[in-house]
Amino acid sequence: MKLTSDQIKHVAKLANLPLTPDEEEKYSDQLSKILEYVEQLNQVDTSDVESTFNVTGQSNVMREDETTPSLSQEEALSNAPRKKDSMFVTKGVFEEQ
Amino acid sequence: MNITELTLTETLEALKRKDFSEEELNKAYLERAAKLNPKLNIFLEIKKNSCGIPAAIKDAILTKGMKTTAASKILSNFLPPYNATVINKLIEQGISILGKTNCDEFAMGGSGENSAFGSTKNPWNLNKVTGGSSSGSAAAVAADLCAFALGSDTGGSIRQPASLCGVVGLKPTYGRVPRYGLIAMASSLDTIGPITKSVEDAAQVLEWISGSDGYDSNCSDTKFTLQPERLTQGIKGLKIGVPKEYFSEGLDPEVKKVIEDAIKKLEEQGAEIVEVSLPNSKYALAAYYIIVPSEISANMARFDGIRYGSARADFGPEIKRRIMLGTYALSSGYYEEYYAKAAQVRTLVKQDFDKAFANVDVIVGPVSPTTTWNLGEKIDDPLTMYLSDIYTISANLAGIPGLSVPCGFADELPVGLQILGKQWDEETILRVGYAYEQATEWRKEKPKLSF
Repeated sequence: MKLTSDQIKHVAKLANLPLTPDEEEKYSDQLSKILEYVEQLNQVDTSDVESTFNVTGQSNVMREDETTPSLSQEEALSNAPRKKDSMFVTKGVFEEQ
Repeated sequence: MNITELTLTETLEALKRKDFSEEELNKAYLERAAKLNPKLNIFLEIKKNSCGIPAAIKDAILTKGMKTTAASKILSNFLPPYNATVINKLIEQGISILGKTNCDEFAMGGSGENSAFGSTKNPWNLNKVTGGSSSGSAAAVAADLCAFALGSDTGGSIRQPASLCGVVGLKPTYGRVPRYGLIAMASSLDTIGPITKSVEDAAQVLEWISGSDGYDSNCSDTKFTLQPERLTQGIKGLKIGVPKEYFSEGLDPEVKKVIEDAIKKLEEQGAEIVEVSLPNSKYALAAYYIIVPSEISANMARFDGIRYGSARADFGPEIKRRIMLGTYALSSGYYEEYYAKAAQVRTLVKQDFDKAFANVDVIVGPVSPTTTWNLGEKIDDPLTMYLSDIYTISANLAGIPGLSVPCGFADELPVGLQILGKQWDEETILRVGYAYEQATEWRKEKPKLSF
């Protein structure tokens, strides 16, 4: 199955991934080949097979609800490309800023 | 005595005897690194310590105050405000970080070529790849640029470069070592483990880094404990399974011969060799390349360029490819067809191992279908590159431990023997690896590196 240019654009948008037209073309080819390879999973009968998402068998691992020391505000902000008044600067939600 | 040729265990003993000081130890490694790193491109950053036992750490593991880039342009200026748990555990044992090692970007790749900072060169042949993704960590151990290294393994990223560089690599059981501070790739498969000069060293490092820290809810409280008398007891009477599926088409005939000789050696040591079958292993790669990109597309969403790192356009080609693949596989209308199906096939892969391990103690076979290949040879063909992980990924899907031990050479390039074990049973694979290592001379072979 060959992925169309529209499908690639749609997936890139979902992934918040800016792609150049060259990249779109390249990934369309390469993803199609990989998906073709993956199609072989359909040869496997999995009608009565449970899914495996985690192999440790652990679930709902809890800890006591206690506060412990964490990063200071300064440390948490130390790698931010943009900060103002000890806060992260983000993109505007309703308009481009 | 050549200090940098010593194993970790030998180094610890020599320091105890005061054969040399920690200062002399660090000086020896730093001098060697200064000479060899420009040729091999192993370290992205070197720290000049004068004490501690020098370790090389994959650059996907956070080190406080020391740049951690995951070999990506997007994190090229990232200075972690905290240490990964494994780093704190090593510091408690008197280990110092000599350098952060090059790797495939965000640990995605099987050759080391996906680094934004250039490929690492294989110390055995500078025109060849190291394997990956823990490329610099494996090369650092092979070139004697550290006493030991840490890598991470999601589909073979410790075992495969260890095999291609002729050193020991241990992927622990999923959940044995806390991952707090490892930059996440595929969270249901990621593990941290040692790359070392000997099997005993690998057992020692695993003891140091295992055990829960309370920050990784999948990590077991049970620490691995090194018991030398159990490691060295030999393998007489052990049942060793050989999966017939690992010796069919695709396996290089020269590599096959080396592996068969290694299995004979294990038999000579008193082990019983039994053929086993892992019938679903042929589907493991396809399941892996749905599950892993799906988890990657979720994990990589954190790189928003707001809290740390630069813009998403700075991701390298393999990262973008996997984000695209994973986003597609999880998108509306395709989830059942791809991700849900792959999660079921994962169960079958795991059940194959459960059945096999009902009759045998360990399973052995090749780590990689070939020895190392030329730089650039597979870079434009992702699917061919993925196929080089064919023997390693099943262990990650099943969560079981795996060890790569040097077992000879094909055309003068290293070959690794893979020893897979039951979940939580690192002890038996290390015991088999130790017995093999002691019965052979391979670990004494070193690459000829001229300055």
